[in-house]
Amino acid sequence: MELCPLIKNILLLDSEGKRIAVKYYSDDWPTNSAKEAFEKAVFAKTQKTNARTDAEITMFDNYVVVYKFVQDLHFFVTGGENENEIILAAVLQGFFDAVGLLLRGTVDKKEALENLDLILLCLDEIVDGGIILETDANVIAGKVASHSMDAGAPLSEQTITQALATAREHLTRSLLK
Amino acid sequence: MAQPLVKKDDDRDDEVDYSPFLGIEKGAVLQEARVFNDPQLDPRRCSQVITKLLYLLNQGETFTKVEATEVFFAVTKLFQSRDMGLRRMVYVIIKELSPSADEVIIVTSSLMKDMTSKTDMYRANAIRVLCRITDGTLLTQIERYLKQAIVDKNPVVASAALVSGIHLLQTNPEIVKRWSNEVQEAVQSRAALVQFHALALLHQIRQNDRLAVNKLVSSLTRGSVRSPLAQCLLIRYTSQVIRESTNDTQTGDRPFYDFLEGCLRHKAEMVIFEAARAITELNGVTSRELTPAITVLQLFLSSSKPVLRFAAVRTLNKVAMSHPMAVTNCNIDMESLISDQNRSIATLAITTLLKTGNESSVDRLMKQITNFMSDIADEFKIVVVDAIRSLCLKFPLKHRSLMNFLSNILREEGGFEYKKAIVDSIVILIRDIPEAKESGLLHLCEFIEDCEFTYLSTQILHFLGIEGPKTSDPSKYIRYIYNRVHLENATVRAGAVSTLAKFGAMVDGLKPRIFVLLRRCLFDNDDEVRDRATLYLNTLGGDGAVVETDEGVKEFLFGSLDVPLVNLENSLKNYDPSEKAFDINSVPKDVKTQPLAEKKATSKKPTGLGAPPPGPPSTVDAYEKLLSSIPEFASFGKLFKSSAPVELTEAETEYAVNVVKHIFDGHVVFQYNCTNTIPEQLLENVTVIVDASEAEEFAEVASKPLRQLPYDSPGQTFVAFEKPEGVSAVGKFSNMLRFIVKEVDPSTGEAEDDGVEDEYQLEDLELVAADYMLKVGVSNFRNAWESMGVDFERVDEYGLGPRDSLAEAVNAVINLLGMQPCEGTEVVPPNSRSHTCLLSGVYLGNVKVLVRLQFGLDGPKDVAMKLAVRSEDETVSDTIHEIVASG
Repeated sequence: MELCPLIKNILLLDSEGKRIAVKYYSDDWPTNSAKEAFEKAVFAKTQKTNARTDAEITMFDNYVVVYKFVQDLHFFVTGGENENEIILAAVLQGFFDAVGLLLRGTVDKKEALENLDLILLCLDEIVDGGIILETDANVIAGKVASHSMDAGAPLSEQTITQALATAREHLTRSLLK
Repeated sequence: MAQPLVKKDDDRDDEVDYSPFLGIEKGAVLQEARVFNDPQLDPRRCSQVITKLLYLLNQGETFTKVEATEVFFAVTKLFQSRDMGLRRMVYVIIKELSPSADEVIIVTSSLMKDMTSKTDMYRANAIRVLCRITDGTLLTQIERYLKQAIVDKNPVVASAALVSGIHLLQTNPEIVKRWSNEVQEAVQSRAALVQFHALALLHQIRQNDRLAVNKLVSSLTRGSVRSPLAQCLLIRYTSQVIRESTNDTQTGDRPFYDFLEGCLRHKAEMVIFEAARAITELNGVTSRELTPAITVLQLFLSSSKPVLRFAAVRTLNKVAMSHPMAVTNCNIDMESLISDQNRSIATLAITTLLKTGNESSVDRLMKQITNFMSDIADEFKIVVVDAIRSLCLKFPLKHRSLMNFLSNILREEGGFEYKKAIVDSIVILIRDIPEAKESGLLHLCEFIEDCEFTYLSTQILHFLGIEGPKTSDPSKYIRYIYNRVHLENATVRAGAVSTLAKFGAMVDGLKPRIFVLLRRCLFDNDDEVRDRATLYLNTLGGDGAVVETDEGVKEFLFGSLDVPLVNLENSLKNYDPSEKAFDINSVPKDVKTQPLAEKKATSKKPTGLGAPPPGPPSTVDAYEKLLSSIPEFASFGKLFKSSAPVELTEAETEYAVNVVKHIFDGHVVFQYNCTNTIPEQLLENVTVIVDASEAEEFAEVASKPLRQLPYDSPGQTFVAFEKPEGVSAVGKFSNMLRFIVKEVDPSTGEAEDDGVEDEYQLEDLELVAADYMLKVGVSNFRNAWESMGVDFERVDEYGLGPRDSLAEAVNAVINLLGMQPCEGTEVVPPNSRSHTCLLSGVYLGNVKVLVRLQFGLDGPKDVAMKLAVRSEDETVSDTIHEIVASG
């Protein structure tokens, strides 16, 4: 019997149900077509609901799915049928808020695709092989963002904090040399 | 080059569908990946290319082995760069590419270097990557670092090592178990997530040691676990310990219950809910124990968060199955949830109310549901229909209002699945509640007046044909049925004609009128409808004479076919219209159980013999005809039972063989159904050599070889054994397929003249007591039981030892005896401590047997059983006990 809370997948889809970034942690969907079928079903089932203020929840095919939408982005977290719904909701909230922080408030499909690297790193920091790594959005975003802007980028494209961080890094590097 | 990836222009309004990945193409990206090899790395550019690669993988694109290897090797070059952002992307893509063992070696040293780096982020990520891709051999090399990492002061590093440990435990348990001390130290960590991961790993290391788990739980439940997630884990471990520990029933105190109850006052909702759920799932939970849990769940019901409401109502729904009374306090909150925006919540609330409702509240509830039904999706409606069906079976007196409800929703808009669920429910209610029959049938009649689904119309017409003639006034259904003949498509018209004929055959008083109607159908414009009408008129004696239709005709018209329909269809297709009439006896009765892979269908099949496609198992009648046509077995008497086919080969082997066990009073015949799946071979003189040395009471008396077994055309060979008359002897038989194999030229289909003798080992076959038992149900078990009397009753008690669950024990006994469960008693409600199961069957020698099994949990897992047998023969009653005692 599996006692540790497990996440089956995390999905970020657009307003037509197309993938922006997805991550599966379970063998329940062995092929890409099985995954796509699942995404299609989830999307169709939740499309008409209003999940913009509070996270919503549904059950189907013996999975519990919690979801939340913003603009043209649909966030989903799936767990097994016996999973604690509130734990799943905590993971969803962590993912949702972290993406909000990383995209600096402008949370829509275009911004998400333009910063896909951040989204992928974000997924990588939330769950590892189905086991929850972190649910606090600030910590997740912090881990992703701390070095997301590389040192070589022109300063004009960085925020003040990042610019400072970059400067500090440059300094340390030159000192270490 | 494609568009730059990080582009924060202000012109986003120009194109709505702008995507940085528009027109991305795998080949081009792979080309771009060459920048990884540049002597002067551009980290920014490299990051973008990795993102593109990850995007492709994420969209379901696959890389060939060569492509993946190439990308992987290029990526390894990027370890030279000291750019942290790029390094992060490198970690992610290495995990996605899941390199093979020989490739892993290339990055091992780089990753090990990162693992000992001063930068926390490098350490944490390198550990996760390395543990993901490594195999056992490398693990011993890095073990030292991992142990250090577990107690690292940076929580991210510690968590990375602990989570990797959880994954590695599956593949290398002996190594991970050595980390116990470090993990134990990490459990005390001040960082919430580290504590959670450490606890999960520590428990998994010790999970097979009940004492250790017990100790872990008792020490931690006293201390304070900080992280809510860790607390949830602890609750799960605690309930596991409670499940496994013996219940102190004397004092009524359950160990650790106080801890669970205390968690109900935790500040984190996930912990409160986890504890409440754990309490409701306790084995044999008392209402005193339940109350505090129900109270917090009730509070959740009125939460503003849908997730909380859902979690609570789902749990209460489960509780309602076993403890409906405990949930009634929540009924008011539950009723307000009927109008919840979230339809999953509303449906769960409805079905909970249906379960907790008492007879007096049914009518009020139905009124509320009627409003609710109009605005939910079909899938939820189906759930509600199912709940109403069970409610009706629970309160048969309320059948009128519930049946009315069903018929009302039947008339409303809805898809096929939904309508089918309603029709099925009505059919079940008609079958189980005799008082509901007439009204139910009329509802169905009204429904087909305006039904858009041919399948449902024909199904209802068929059902009317069976049930209608048995009612007090069959004539009132005729109008509805005959209307179909006027108004429907050909399929339904044909069904209606058959139903009319059934009324005619069963109710003599209606015959003349039926004949008038049938004669009108002779002018239908559809062949099938006309043919049916003609057939019925002629066989039922439509010449006007009112005679009782004899049994033979009824059997011919309405009895079941004794050949698989698929086989019949195939034979009819192959039948050449000629002088010779089609002979139904030429239709193969055997069933090919192993469908051949599609690809083989392209190769040339032998002509002439139409290979029957796989079909459903044929009936005993079919077997009986088949066996009696073989002279060697003709003297064995009447066939008592034929088992379902038992596979003797693995799927997709050269030769597929399954066996059917035919039981006679003094003989047993094994029918081996063989299929040759090799197109280049023809098998001749196929026999099965049976070694019955482990079945002492059996003596081989006859064997019937199969002359030829061409490719993909199943054939049978038989072996017959003699056994003591009327005795249910059991034993084990080992089987060897022996044959002469001849090569076949695939182009011509001709076999060579010379063959080689060969053998093929099959799996063993067992004859068990259940083979002597026919599954025959009784409609009213209590009546049957009473009328059987106590003369040959045998009662005894058995301990079944520890079992996974009550349901598992019940199933095991049902399978052992091979009898038919009656009145749905094979289903054990969850969490029940005792269960009664009713079985009926006919034993060898045509002796009726009834069994009443009473199961009870004796301690946490031990199952005790009281077995009462009544039969027409006391030796059979004893035999049943022997079967159970020896099984």
